[in-house]
Amino acid sequence: MMEMRKIAVILTFIFASLIVPVFSGATCVADGTEIEFSPKEIIFEHLGDGYGWEVPFDHHHRIPLPVILFGEDGFHCFMSSKVTGGEVYHDGDASFVIAKEGPYRGKVVQLMADGSEYRPWDISITKNVCELFIACLLVMWSVFAVARWHKREMYKAPRKVRGIIEALIVFIYDGVIKETLGDRSKKFAPYLLTLFFFILYLNLLGLMVIFPGGANLTGNIAVTLVLSIFTFLATNLFGSKHYWKEIFWPDVPLWLKFPLPIMPVIELFGVFTKPAALTIRLFANMMGGHMIVISLTLLIFIFAALGPVVTGVTTAVSVLFSLFMLLIDVLVSFIQAYVFTMLSTMFICFGTEKGHSEAHAHEASDQKQAA
Amino acid sequence: MELFTPDLGLVFWMFVAFAILLFVLYKWGWPVIIKGIESRADFIDSGVEYAREAKEQLQHAKEESEKYVAEARKQQADMLREADRMKSRIIEEARVAAQEEANKVMDAAKLAIAQERKEAELQFRNEVSSFALDIASKVVRNELADAKAQTKLVDKLLDEMENQN
Repeated sequence: MMEMRKIAVILTFIFASLIVPVFSGATCVADGTEIEFSPKEIIFEHLGDGYGWEVPFDHHHRIPLPVILFGEDGFHCFMSSKVTGGEVYHDGDASFVIAKEGPYRGKVVQLMADGSEYRPWDISITKNVCELFIACLLVMWSVFAVARWHKREMYKAPRKVRGIIEALIVFIYDGVIKETLGDRSKKFAPYLLTLFFFILYLNLLGLMVIFPGGANLTGNIAVTLVLSIFTFLATNLFGSKHYWKEIFWPDVPLWLKFPLPIMPVIELFGVFTKPAALTIRLFANMMGGHMIVISLTLLIFIFAALGPVVTGVTTAVSVLFSLFMLLIDVLVSFIQAYVFTMLSTMFICFGTEKGHSEAHAHEASDQKQAA
Repeated sequence: MELFTPDLGLVFWMFVAFAILLFVLYKWGWPVIIKGIESRADFIDSGVEYAREAKEQLQHAKEESEKYVAEARKQQADMLREADRMKSRIIEEARVAAQEEANKVMDAAKLAIAQERKEAELQFRNEVSSFALDIASKVVRNELADAKAQTKLVDKLLDEMENQN
């Protein structure tokens, strides 16, 4: 009985989604104000950054966010609502506008006296930055919620949301960090756990369509780059003697490292390709997912020109497909956060690994101490 | 290709935000949780170990008690058997003793009776003999009053003895 009702509801939704575009297509024609439809632009707009944040279900209003610029004449701060409508904002002598063309398209530029555009240092709180802060606060809230519980309740098992968060913490800590790093896990676990939750939350926020989410941050190369720089730093700043020896004087036949340092060069190259791979992997995966969903949705509008029947069918198909893709993306969000954390753990593990002789020396000294 | 060039503003904020987040959580967040999780895991482990030991001990105690019960039962049976044996022995002994006593009493009685009879016989004989003597003396006194009769008697007696021979 329940199954029947569920199927009925789903069918109703599909039929409704078939009918809606027919009407909207009609109104679009009736308006007569057809704007040139460019899928590429729409995709890039959704994937990219913005100075304001769209109010949920309203394309005309944006939540204003502060724009912070550092030009030749010092700092300029103003709300994004002053420029997002395409207006020119005058702050003292300087005037700013969002560039419509050219290399700085979509960015705030300063209009110089000679008519040229100058791009100042831009550290505005854009949509992405704002999302970044929201994610940071969410991560902090999650961690402190569990930490408070541990302080207060000691040996009780947390329930509900805390239980979920703790399950994830245990999953990463026991399953990845402790297994790989062993006795070094206490030192690096805070970084790796922060990394995991940060990426996971950003991924999931990116999948949400409206306000508190919707910014495609982990699909932004700046974010993934910074994250992998952190992993790079953790790997190399805490690198052991053994690690550096493996890079500059690896265990290979002499002719491979002297007089031409072939292996050292390759190894040194590897030091930088590892974080690069991390950067690209997360960025490409998340961006790809978003792109596919948006493209599937845009198919409806591309086929809208071919008449109501084709539009209806396309709508049904693309709604189903993008629903499927979104569900896959939820999975991918988790997997990518997991993979990034796991690879970071492994890189750090390689970096801090002690060589055989070193480990033995360490053990011997330990035994001496124990004696 | 703006997607592939990192935006410096975002890189800057990302660095700042993530560094702060990392610092705050490194300082006050994760150590508490990790310590909590580890200590809880240890607590659970020790609880499980404790339960296992308790179960083992319980099993042990059960076996012990069963052993004791079996032993007690055996002892009880032994005691009963012993008591039974003792009872029969005592009865036997009592019977033997009673028999002996009875025999003794009977013997004593027999002896006493024999004694009595002997005495009675003796007395009777004495009395009879005295009576006989009395009678004989009386008879003899009467008979021996005349000599003729005495001779006749002697003759008669001699005849009798001859006839007997």
